[in-house]
Amino acid sequence: MNKDNTLIERRAAARKRTVRVITYVLLTVWALMVLFPFYWMVLSSIKSYSSYNSEYVPKFIAEYPTLENYVEAFTAVPLGGYFLNTLIFTLLTTGLMLVVTVLAAFAFARLDFRGKNLVFTLFLALMMIPSELVIITNFQTITNLGMRNTFRGLILPSVTSVFYIYLLKENFEQIPDELYKAAKVDGTSDLKYLTKVMIPICRPTIITVVILKVIECWNSYVWPRLITDDKAYFLVSNGIQELRENGIGRENIPAMMAAVVVISVPLIVIFIIFRKKIMAGVARGGTKG
Amino acid sequence: MKNDRKAWLYLLPAILFLGFFMVYPLVDVLIYSFEEGYNSASQTYAGIGLYNYSYVLHDPYFLQAVKNTFILVIITVPVSTGLALLISLGLNSIKKLKELYQTIFFLPYVTNTLAVGLVFMILFKKTAYTDGMVNLLINLFGGQSVDFIEGPYWAKMFVLCFYTVWVVLPFKVLILTSALASVKQDYYNAAKVDGASSFRIFTRITLPMISPMLFYLIITGFIGAFKAYSDAVALFGTNLNAAEMNTIVGYVYDMLYGDSGGYPSYASAAALILFAIVLSITVINLTISRRNVHY
Repeated sequence: MNKDNTLIERRAAARKRTVRVITYVLLTVWALMVLFPFYWMVLSSIKSYSSYNSEYVPKFIAEYPTLENYVEAFTAVPLGGYFLNTLIFTLLTTGLMLVVTVLAAFAFARLDFRGKNLVFTLFLALMMIPSELVIITNFQTITNLGMRNTFRGLILPSVTSVFYIYLLKENFEQIPDELYKAAKVDGTSDLKYLTKVMIPICRPTIITVVILKVIECWNSYVWPRLITDDKAYFLVSNGIQELRENGIGRENIPAMMAAVVVISVPLIVIFIIFRKKIMAGVARGGTKG
Repeated sequence: MKNDRKAWLYLLPAILFLGFFMVYPLVDVLIYSFEEGYNSASQTYAGIGLYNYSYVLHDPYFLQAVKNTFILVIITVPVSTGLALLISLGLNSIKKLKELYQTIFFLPYVTNTLAVGLVFMILFKKTAYTDGMVNLLINLFGGQSVDFIEGPYWAKMFVLCFYTVWVVLPFKVLILTSALASVKQDYYNAAKVDGASSFRIFTRITLPMISPMLFYLIITGFIGAFKAYSDAVALFGTNLNAAEMNTIVGYVYDMLYGDSGGYPSYASAAALILFAIVLSITVINLTISRRNVHY
């Protein structure tokens, strides 16, 4: 009897171990699937042009690593310029978006006015409108205003987000009313209360919003493609696409991969630094795919 | 009274931007879609009617785009959701290295879709110099090389689906992992005391507990997959019609801009058709979920 029991226990333990091993193996397989493209882009980018093209069966290590492709990527195409454009675009869009959404969220969360519920409901209704639907007119508007190939044309249509207003409003409302009343008694203005009290308290949500917007800006492709055809205003996504179709990408794949690495690195670095914040933020308010 | 004016002042920027770039375009896109023979240069039109819709619905490129989009949706939504569920279950059952795996799995979320798509293209592409990494693997198992980027339709569709799943998985894994972690351990302990099998525990406890999140992912997954576009551009270039790989959103943009562009009316009609499709599917999804989700 006792012997049977230990046998059963041992079998159960063995099965548990097998399940665990299989779990780890499968997780590792997917992890390799995720990492492999990154490995491949770095690897291809440090192979010289001739060695890349002479390898019918690609080698998994670069025998003579070189940085010439990076030099090529920055000189053959204005990669630095695309980079700077994306940086300017990202900073301005995120900054403006933050001002607009914080002000609106404050009004909804703290101020009483006639028609508040109606306006808020209308705002929420806008959340269901897909951007594909409005982009057509926006394209016409920006074109007619002569704002093609300008930062204004790039930035202005994407500085408001109803979803972020909603997210911030929910967070602002959690701050106790007493704090606001006390501040009012002390004669603090609304704007000062917003900047000195509410924003610091709600910093985690604001950081979330900023992170999500930065990722969105850095990866945005469709609108910039519609609104810019002058390379001086290309963002990295458009730059890489242009490079692939008309630039060095047609024949010089290692140089193209160098450009891909350069474009991918900033977000990956930010991700590694703010890993926890980003994952928590995306879990709260991200949508993609 | 005074407060009223101040509140509107705070709201003013948001209202201006939303009015100008969302509400007005929304009305405008409807008008565009009914204006027949609209001319971009002179901004005149010939008449009002349903011709734009009829044109789009008879355009072989649009029908191709609809077919591609539907295949993409039907394959990637179940595959990515199922895979995400498996991965999250795996992640939740381990302790060692869990954070490392989580970090790695999330990586595709923060990458530029266009840039990494090029790496996929290179891995799958057959060129004069090399058959490409994937084909060499296929050869290793005795298969024939296929050009996945400029070759047969099914091969291109396979790459598109594969890349789409690769891109959308991080978000789903993240959401499901936290949903699984929030299921109270008490339920599992009680089930164990009752001697429930692990399969029964999964179907009777785990699935119902995470069903709201699961349905949220399925609904957003459908919406996202119907709007697929950049993934296809990354793999096959901007001339998607020539590659037979266009999507509905791609069709809208092609009608608007580029070599085949200059037809906002057709673009509007196509965009509204897409909106109608997405809306119907979402309503169906919501109805099903209301019947099956346990809140």
